[in-house]
Amino acid sequence: MADEHKDVWVYIEHKDGVTTPMSYELLGAGKMLADTLGSKVCAFVIGEKTEEIAKNAGNYGAATVYAIDGASFKTFRPDAFAKAGASLVSKFKPDIVLYRATTQGQDLSAAMAAQLEVGLGSDAIDLQIDAGSKTMKLTRAAFGGNFLATYMNTRSKPQMATVRPKVFPMPQHDTAKNAEIVKESFSMAEDDARTKVLQFSQSEVAVNLIEADIIVSGGRGVGGSEGFSVVKALADTLGGAMGASRAAVDSGWVPYEHQVGQTGKTVKPKIYIACGISGAIQHLAGMRTSDCIVAINKDAEAPIFKIASFGIVGDYKQIVPKLVEQFKQKLNK
Amino acid sequence: MKIVVCIKQVPDTEAEVKWDLQKGTLKREGMDSITNPFDEFALEEALLTKEKYDGEIVAITMGPDKAMDVLRNALALGVDQVYHINDPAIAGSDTLGTSYVLAKAIEKVGNVDLVFCGKQATDGNTGIVSPELATRLGFSQLTFVAKVDEIDAAGKKIKVQRGIEGGIETVEAKLPAVVSVSKGINEPRLPNLMGIRKAAKVQIPAWDCDAIGAAKDKVGTEGSHGKVVELTTPPPRSAGEMLKGEMEEVANVLVGKLLDLKVIK
Repeated sequence: MADEHKDVWVYIEHKDGVTTPMSYELLGAGKMLADTLGSKVCAFVIGEKTEEIAKNAGNYGAATVYAIDGASFKTFRPDAFAKAGASLVSKFKPDIVLYRATTQGQDLSAAMAAQLEVGLGSDAIDLQIDAGSKTMKLTRAAFGGNFLATYMNTRSKPQMATVRPKVFPMPQHDTAKNAEIVKESFSMAEDDARTKVLQFSQSEVAVNLIEADIIVSGGRGVGGSEGFSVVKALADTLGGAMGASRAAVDSGWVPYEHQVGQTGKTVKPKIYIACGISGAIQHLAGMRTSDCIVAINKDAEAPIFKIASFGIVGDYKQIVPKLVEQFKQKLNK
Repeated sequence: MKIVVCIKQVPDTEAEVKWDLQKGTLKREGMDSITNPFDEFALEEALLTKEKYDGEIVAITMGPDKAMDVLRNALALGVDQVYHINDPAIAGSDTLGTSYVLAKAIEKVGNVDLVFCGKQATDGNTGIVSPELATRLGFSQLTFVAKVDEIDAAGKKIKVQRGIEGGIETVEAKLPAVVSVSKGINEPRLPNLMGIRKAAKVQIPAWDCDAIGAAKDKVGTEGSHGKVVELTTPPPRSAGEMLKGEMEEVANVLVGKLLDLKVIK
């Protein structure tokens, strides 16, 4: 029996109809896989009004965009979106479906995987096509980042995966590139939806560690919540996010949303500045793939120095304010 | 209200990890094991829910003989009933197989209103078993839950706060629901001596695939969709440059080096 599954699909996530360039990032990885397979990269979007998002997906390289519009799909909720998404996948039979490893991507992909009874690889940091079998090879960190495991799903289609944000390069935005738009309908009575989003309140300090280019983190060595105001001052000066080690979170100095590491977030910023973090293996698992790591610690023997691009042995209380001052000067802030 | 808590035994996060390269699964034998840290929050949330709204708590786990330890701990903390899903056929199940087995067990428990899970397990770290479980059961799927606002058992509704990128989302959902909780939702209690003594005497009932009506071809290594084809250690990251000297000068050098990366604007 010939395999009728073809093309690489990318889910375009949005928040109440609003996307950011990052929403389209996987069209880059999708294109790379599709080129290797000699197939097309396509997007799928589910929302109240999807025209603008579909057009953008075309600009970012999608050849075809499959779209479902409906009042039930204004705000993301897993059951409604998964039923709509599964209807598209069942009808058009993609070979591969990619989602971002965000709360939305994880929620949707898992619900669709269970509905379609297909495997789901999660939090991929590399994707390749196996030359012989034309199956996707997915690499992810296994057990606290101590190992890298590569998986293949030769049993079910589509092959689905969530992909860690910022691992693959952003595709180019080109207004000359346009997608063919395929509109499908999927209706759902409001009574049938199991969940309803009542409100969203933006954090006073928006913590979006997984998308941040710059993260300044504090650990046990910061000594208390007052110390974190120093850490935060540097994060703010650099336009970055504030992170923390488990020790700092467990001490109650900062909320859990800031935690980086095995029981927190896994991050891959361009610059990671660790203040007073010794570098326990569980913390390193969450940040070791950052492009540039700066470690500031009083203890010259701290393991964090073994993986730091730049290390400074010293007291963060002395150094960090100096960094803030000098950055402000040089950035004219 | 009938509440189920799903608990997983995981290798101690401090333990040295060994892999079975042939099977591509963890070698769990001989490793120190603990209750998955996130499941401790799920268990505590179940206990708090029972205290506030009344009800019965059933804790389940799937795993080999020694996974029973996590159920004993749950008993010591005050859950009412436990079931140990233990069958050689389920060893090596992927997330799809695991959610299938758990769904079958929860159906067997019957008349369940709420299922609490940890948001992920520290060994597999996928976080996809609980949403898959919700889908399989046809229950509401509530993930990354940072707070349970209220439960209306009679009206079959639950209101929770979810920590998502950039803020907090308040969601109302129909019961039954699968709620996976984040760290920080509560402060897990410790068992007391009396609880531990009582728990030690309990005969823990075991269920195999037949007992819960799970098809063996959908579980275990054989039933898994994803197979490990390669295991490697990540490329070592070597230490870079140590900046030494007067603090003012060190700060100056670092600022220059970081600005050269053209990331900071």
